[in-house]
Amino acid sequence: MFDYGAYLRKDKFPLIWCSGCGDGIALKAMLRAIDRIGLSKDEIVMVSGIGCSSRLPGYVDFNTLHTTHGRAIAFATGVKMAKPELTVIVVTGDGDATAIGGNHYIHAARRNIDLTVILFNNWIYGMTGGQVSPTTPFGKRASTAPYGSTENAFNISGLAEAAGASFVARETVFRPQVLDKFIEKAIRKKGFSVVEVFTPCPTTYGRRNKMRSVIEMMNWLKDHAVPKSRAEKMDPQELEEKIITGVLVDLDLPEYTEEYQKLIDRVKS
Amino acid sequence: MTEKTAKKKRSRIVVKREWCKNCAICVEFCPKDVLVMKDGFPEVVHIENCTLCQLCELRCPDFAIEVYEDET
Amino acid sequence: MVTKEKNRIRVMTGNEACAEGALAAGCRFFAGYPITPSSEIAEILSRELPKVGGKFIQMEDEIAAMGAVIGASLAGSKSLTATSGPGFSLKQENIGYASMAEVPCVIVNVMRGGPSTGLPTLPSQSDVMQARWGTHGDHPIIALAPSSVRESFDWTVRAFNLSETYRVPVVLLLDEIVGHTSEKVVLPDTSEIQIVERQKGDPKNKDYLPYKQTESDIPPMISFGEGIRFHVTGLCHDETGFPTNDSQKIDLLLRRLNRKIERYRDQITDNQRDQLDDADVAVFAYGSTSRSARWAVRRAREEGLRVGLFRPIVLWPFPEDEVFSIAQKVHHIIVPEMNLGQMAHEVEWASRGSTDVIRINRIDGDPVRPQVILEKIKEVA
Repeated sequence: MFDYGAYLRKDKFPLIWCSGCGDGIALKAMLRAIDRIGLSKDEIVMVSGIGCSSRLPGYVDFNTLHTTHGRAIAFATGVKMAKPELTVIVVTGDGDATAIGGNHYIHAARRNIDLTVILFNNWIYGMTGGQVSPTTPFGKRASTAPYGSTENAFNISGLAEAAGASFVARETVFRPQVLDKFIEKAIRKKGFSVVEVFTPCPTTYGRRNKMRSVIEMMNWLKDHAVPKSRAEKMDPQELEEKIITGVLVDLDLPEYTEEYQKLIDRVKS
Repeated sequence: MTEKTAKKKRSRIVVKREWCKNCAICVEFCPKDVLVMKDGFPEVVHIENCTLCQLCELRCPDFAIEVYEDET
Repeated sequence: MVTKEKNRIRVMTGNEACAEGALAAGCRFFAGYPITPSSEIAEILSRELPKVGGKFIQMEDEIAAMGAVIGASLAGSKSLTATSGPGFSLKQENIGYASMAEVPCVIVNVMRGGPSTGLPTLPSQSDVMQARWGTHGDHPIIALAPSSVRESFDWTVRAFNLSETYRVPVVLLLDEIVGHTSEKVVLPDTSEIQIVERQKGDPKNKDYLPYKQTESDIPPMISFGEGIRFHVTGLCHDETGFPTNDSQKIDLLLRRLNRKIERYRDQITDNQRDQLDDADVAVFAYGSTSRSARWAVRRAREEGLRVGLFRPIVLWPFPEDEVFSIAQKVHHIIVPEMNLGQMAHEVEWASRGSTDVIRINRIDGDPVRPQVILEKIKEVA
């Protein structure tokens, strides 16, 4: 049994999240990854925005920073620049990172600053009661899309890739034993890394979209996740509604804080 | 806390009822049907079938189920 | 290090002096976004900060710049951003965060005409109320209004000192005139510059509480990575930093946040008084407008009129006691400003009906001319 307790603020338990919410599964995967890398708790800063997933830092015994809606990556950029020796992990959600915080998400990727973003994608604004989000699939219902969404959904991982991220991986909480390996790689990667985690929200998404129980939602994730290697052999029609999982980007690129340090060394009198 | 031990396979499963939110993920996705839901909580009924795969623990969102490999 | 005086004689603008003041104060992080008429501050610091091992970043927007400034300050760097009206509006939510989470930082707002995009290249003083009440919630703020190039240097240093002392965001309100006017200045020798560092908590103290109700009302700070792990949030929190809905703890926090400025008002406030002792008429003016007012007051004195100048350099907290005592002695207070009476309203309130408050308002991008103030003095004296 992995000793999660060493990393938890147990006096804050039980978790705020609803029954069946997958966020806790991803949290555990993150702790296993951190443990494997052997980082000390003092050298980790965990930064979040607003939303369900952004409550995560409150439960972990690191330096934790719960910021304003959408701005976690901006705050994290300041922390990382001031102390590049710290490992800065951002915990955010689909609404937080790609709606109100979309600008920071793409620009941090473009700069390739060494942040690890764990992005919980549950297709919905859970904490505020199930409003439509940038990742709500077309036609799916939300409290502000009562007839089904008439908008197209963002491909979050694709967005990070296009913007210049060094590392992008995607997985569902149905496969936590793989998820922790991706998170480990993402943290180890020098550069901007994203792990997009598909996680069920039975309370505000499932019950509006014919998946009343978390079991149905977990089964949906199981049935719709397609590893990248397999997806490459499938045609676009077969891939409709599918989640392509795996390491999607893994590049060695110049990292922002290292480049800035080189600049300092060059101009410092 | 409820606890059951199988000497043969040396696995021990602990359910922390105070943190459990009764989602039943652990029960539903156990490959060996080791667990059932009883009174809203997971209960170990076939510890002898447990293979220590730990999927119940890995998928528990609430840190409410723990699988230990005990010394015989 | 003592610099030869000739090296300290410079011709520079207020924006340049502000950037130099920041460096002298120990600022080692700047995040900003280009906006007229403040951009020179960012440009200078992009060049100068790396020379002293500091960091500069041009963020993707004003909101991000404010967020990065808070993050860097929590990691231990003295941090600055500079902007103007519309950008100042965008920063407000995170300025509220800095108030709530007690993160020292300095925000320069080189005021231009508004509302909206308004007058990017022309001066105004219409952000004085935005500085006070721009973000939601009850919170204290310190806002400073220098009126010259030399003062831009000195008050940038002071802004950092106040920010670090009281763990608050401090707003430095330049206006386009102050920011862009070139003047000959003699900068202070580095040995003359008083620099204040934040009160640090002891990283070995395992009982450290980041938001402790201390006797001073200002809890000592520990930076991220120093060995004490704690939680920072914009939610109402208790002494540990974790969110709370306990009404007693919420009340304790919010009252302390306000009290920590209110009780040190005397140490924070600063103003200039010119010939007020025997005055029948007072002029209340701040920022670049105070320079027009000073000329008008002196000219009126030459003509034998008993008039004086009250010039607050610290606009917030507002010098209400000082204004009240002046209001009891004079029959008119003239308030010239480049807005429609934002501070005049405050002067009226502080006067409590004991004098007539006369407004001179200019909102067309032109400064309040000295002659206009002089005419008003003659009219009422």
